[in-house]
Amino acid sequence: MNARALTSLLLLLTLAAFLLSLMAGKVWIWPTSWAADNADGWIFLELRLPRALLGLCIGAVLGLSGAVLQGYLRNPLADPTVLGVSASAALGGVVAIYVGLNLLPFGLFACAMLGAGFSILLLLAISRGGGSVGFILGGMVLSTLAGALTAFVISIAPNPFAANEIINWLMGALTDRLMADVGTALPFMALGVALLLSTGRALDALTLGENGAKSLGINLSRLQWIIVLGVGLAVGASVAVSGVVGFVGLIVPHLIRAIYGEQPSTILLPSALGGAILTLTADSLVRLVPGPGEVRLGIAMAVLGAPFFLLLLLRYRKGAA
Amino acid sequence: MTLIIRKLGFTHARQPILDGIDATFEAGKLTVILGPNGAGKSTLLACLAGLLKPDAGTASLHDADITSMAPTARARQIGLLPQGAETHWAITSMALVALGRIPHMRGAGTSTDDRRAISAAMSATATEGFAYRPVTQLSGGERARVLLARVLAGEPDWILADEPLANLDPGFQLDILNLLRRQVEAGKGVVAVLHDLHHAVRFADHLVLLHEGRLFAQGSVEDVITPANLAHVYGIDANLFKDEEGSVQLFIKGKVRS
Repeated sequence: MNARALTSLLLLLTLAAFLLSLMAGKVWIWPTSWAADNADGWIFLELRLPRALLGLCIGAVLGLSGAVLQGYLRNPLADPTVLGVSASAALGGVVAIYVGLNLLPFGLFACAMLGAGFSILLLLAISRGGGSVGFILGGMVLSTLAGALTAFVISIAPNPFAANEIINWLMGALTDRLMADVGTALPFMALGVALLLSTGRALDALTLGENGAKSLGINLSRLQWIIVLGVGLAVGASVAVSGVVGFVGLIVPHLIRAIYGEQPSTILLPSALGGAILTLTADSLVRLVPGPGEVRLGIAMAVLGAPFFLLLLLRYRKGAA
Repeated sequence: MTLIIRKLGFTHARQPILDGIDATFEAGKLTVILGPNGAGKSTLLACLAGLLKPDAGTASLHDADITSMAPTARARQIGLLPQGAETHWAITSMALVALGRIPHMRGAGTSTDDRRAISAAMSATATEGFAYRPVTQLSGGERARVLLARVLAGEPDWILADEPLANLDPGFQLDILNLLRRQVEAGKGVVAVLHDLHHAVRFADHLVLLHEGRLFAQGSVEDVITPANLAHVYGIDANLFKDEEGSVQLFIKGKVRS
């Protein structure tokens, strides 16, 4: 099958996963009652639609960011968390909940984006002209610092309920989001995605190493700017609306590479689609698990993702040996 | 058609790496940069390729300063084969060679010019046989040819090669040298950093010998490869002789006794 046919197939699967996410839940809502003027129609419009749209966007953002970062760092273990953007956005969100700003409209979102923006500026300052090593180290330092501060805020929470609320938000979920949340996050994500999709050719050139890429006329400091801004905006916005959802950005580019081959530019768009399919499907499955409440998406993703990734690694190592 | 460097200096962490280098590289000639480890050979090549900005002096191509040229315009004229033969992803040989067209590409996809240049480069290096094999599965010698084809695909006037023979067996080393020689005969300027003095003696039209960041000698093989120069720069006892076929060869007897 050629790449175009494969991508069409992925698009169809994305559509199928989106439709599944619109219908699945404790109450199944079939397309016939989407426009109905009753409880089903209300659930569809107010709950299912924003949730499915967020799953689509967040999954695409995480898959694409993972593919771009793995290409840029030429390291298949990179994922959107390596830059520390997720951790900083999460810290912003946690502080917002701690001081009660989450009760204001967009308060939590604004604080999380502020955290992400701060981490972007810091990253650019730390890693200026330093190549990819400074970039990774800067990201690690940021991640650790933001993680520690997050733990600190939880530890000084005034009462168990506040601590619980913070921890719950951190775990990542798409439940009870509104169309307004989608509308706020979408412009940031769209801008980030557009920036990230423009990096394909430069990432291809990096196959030859940093000197090889530079000799082909690629401006590596500009590329670094684009990636920090793109990942910062897109992943920052996705953490701001849904908390931290792990594994998508790490796992999806690997699956896509197994199908499409390893050329960095070829896997960008498919990784975005793959991320959306995985997130939408996982988010539909967590709703179908019987029992009260539901498993948080972030947890489900890690529980499903880790063994799957191990299996992939074992197969890969067998193939390499 | 010349690449000219004037009073070139480069400093890294307050250590001078290159100091006051004057040299001229001509098209249609194979120039070999020689010198012991740490003499500044790779740094000089990086300045010529526009990857490093010299701290003093200039590097210019047809009177245009290399560091102030637009990166893509520079990349179309000067091709670099970097040290280390890095290939990070398991892409096919053909996809790797196609990377050489990046400075010529506008918008998405490849043009007929691109495809023509890619297949010409692959046929010049005899790499068509494994065009669809991942580069990670190739032998060292095959990969070296594919990487050279990548540079040729960009159709640069100048080819700069940083230790292109490292980790190759003698047969493959000669393959690469013959390919570079053929580019020179086609009128291109080739500048290569080499460690093997025997190859330098046999293949170079012009030699540049660096020692501790300074230009120690430059000129023809006979001018540069003298017992005195080799003893001073490398600490070896060696001299040139004519073999029975009349070609100049190098004989290294051993280290200079001190």
